[in-house]
Amino acid sequence: MNERLWEILVDSFPKLLLYGAKVTIPLTAMSFALALVIAVIVAMIQYADVKVLRQLCRFYIWIVRGTPLLVQLYLVFYGLPQIGIKLNAYPTAVLVFGLNEGAYMAESMRGALEAVPKGQLEAGYCVRMNYLQIMQHIVLPQAFRIAFPALSNSLISMTKGTSLAATITVTEMFREAQVINGRVYESLGLYTEVALIYLLFCTFLTFLQRWGEKKLNSYGGIKA
Amino acid sequence: MMLEAKNVHKGFDGIGVLKGIDLQVNKGDVVAILGPSGSGKTTLLRCLNFLERADQGELIFDGEHFDLHSATNREIARIRTKTAFVFQNYNLFLNQTVLQNVTLGLVTGGHMHRSEANDIAMAALERVGMADKIHSYPNMLSGGQQQRVAIARGLASSPEIIYFDEPTSALDPELIGEVLSVMRQLAEEGMTMLVVTHEMEFARNVSNKVVFMEGGYIIESGPSKEFFEHPKEERSAQFINTILNKE
Ligand SMILES: Nc1ncnc2c1ncn2[C@@H]1O[C@H](COP(=O)(O)OP(=O)(O)O)[C@@H](O)[C@H]1O
Ligand SMILES: [Mg+2]
Repeated sequence: MNERLWEILVDSFPKLLLYGAKVTIPLTAMSFALALVIAVIVAMIQYADVKVLRQLCRFYIWIVRGTPLLVQLYLVFYGLPQIGIKLNAYPTAVLVFGLNEGAYMAESMRGALEAVPKGQLEAGYCVRMNYLQIMQHIVLPQAFRIAFPALSNSLISMTKGTSLAATITVTEMFREAQVINGRVYESLGLYTEVALIYLLFCTFLTFLQRWGEKKLNSYGGIKA
Repeated sequence: MMLEAKNVHKGFDGIGVLKGIDLQVNKGDVVAILGPSGSGKTTLLRCLNFLERADQGELIFDGEHFDLHSATNREIARIRTKTAFVFQNYNLFLNQTVLQNVTLGLVTGGHMHRSEANDIAMAALERVGMADKIHSYPNMLSGGQQQRVAIARGLASSPEIIYFDEPTSALDPELIGEVLSVMRQLAEEGMTMLVVTHEMEFARNVSNKVVFMEGGYIIESGPSKEFFEHPKEERSAQFINTILNKE
C-alpha cells in the first residue's frame, strides 16, 4: 500500500467513525425504537383480531414489504413535497426506516405472540387477570424472548440500511465516505474502510445478541 | 347447594360434545368426573369457568344465576372470583418465578398489596410443599412440582371450588403421588373440588361423589362407594372393569 493511501485512510478513519457515532448510531437507534413501537402495536392488533384495524395492519405490511426501501425514501423525500408534505431529510430517514423495518418486525412479533401457548392466557383469566394485564405481564414478555433473535436481525439489517439515507442528503457515515472520496479519489480504499466500520458495528451487535440470548435463557429458559 | 349446572349444551363445528348436562355440587363435595376420553369432561369444566362458551345452559352458584351462553364479562369475572382452575399441563406462567406465579393474579387482578399477596402466596406454597422453591422458574421444576405450584396459585385466591382437569395425566408415574396427596389433603380440609380424573383410587376413596360421562351425556352419578360397588348402568360397569383391569 502506498504512503498517500495509507495517510488518507488514517486521516479519514476518525472522521468516518465520528459520523458513525454522531449520525449512523442515533439514526439507527431512533428508527429501531420507532419500528419496535409500530411492530408491537401492529402485532397486538392482529393477535387480538381487532376488526378493521386488523385489515389496516395487513395493508400496511403488504405495501411496505412489497416495495423497495430506496423507492420509499425517494417517494417521501422527493415525492411528497409535490403535494405540500415537506419533511427534513433526517426525520424522513427515521420515519421511513422505522415504518419499513416495523413491518418486518411486526411479522416477527405476531409469530412470537402466536407461539406463546394459549394456556398462558387461559391461566391468566382463571386468576382474574384481564386481557391487557395478561398481555403486559405474561404474553408480551414471552413473545419478546421468542422474537429476540429475529428482532436482533432486524436491528443489524437496519444499521447497514441507514447508509441509504445518503441518497436523500443525510450526511451519515457512508455519505461522509463519499464526500472524502470526492476529494481524494480512493474508492477502493475508502469504501473498504467504511465497510469495515459497518462490520465492526454489526459484530458488536452480534455479540450483544449472543449475550442477550444467554441472559434470557439463564432465567426461565423458555423454549420457543 | 353450592353449584348447580342445568342443561349444558356445547358443540364444536356443529358436532355435539355436551348434550344436556345437569350437575349438582354441595359445599365440601369432592366430585370425580369419570369417562372415556372424548366424552366431554374437559369441555364441561371449561364451560363452567367460561373458558369455553356453552351453546346453552345455566349455572347457579351460591343462589346466583348465570347464563352459560350469554353471561356478561362482568358476570364471568364474578364467577372467577369464586373458582380456581388446575390444568392438565399446569400452565404456569413461564416467565415468572414460583412466587410470582402465585402472587401475579392477586396483585394485578385482585389489586392486592404486594406484601399481603406474598404472605398469602407463601402460605399457599407451604400447603403444597413448595415453599422452598419460590425463586425457581417453572421449567426448572418437575411436572409434579409444577402442578403443586399451580394448585397453590389456585388456592391463593381462596376459591369456593377448584376445578381440576386431569391434574395427574401429564405426569410421570412416580410424580403422581405427590400431587394426589396434596389433593387428598385439600379434600380432608373440606375444599369443594370438581375433579376430572382417571385415578380410580382417588375417585373411589377420596371423592364422595362420582359423575360418569360418555358421549356428551352423564350416564350415571351418585355416591362413589355405590358407583364402584353397585353401578346401575351397564356402561358404568364396563368402564370400571376396563379401567381396573388396566391397573
Ligand atoms: N376446541 C375444540 N374444537 C373442536 N373440537 C373440540 C374442541 N375441544 C374439544 N373438542 C372435541 O370435543 C370432544 C370432547 O373433548 P373433551 O371435552 O376434551 O373430552 P374429554 O376431556 O372427556 O377427553 C372431543 O371429540 C374433542 O375432539
Ligand atoms: Mg380432557
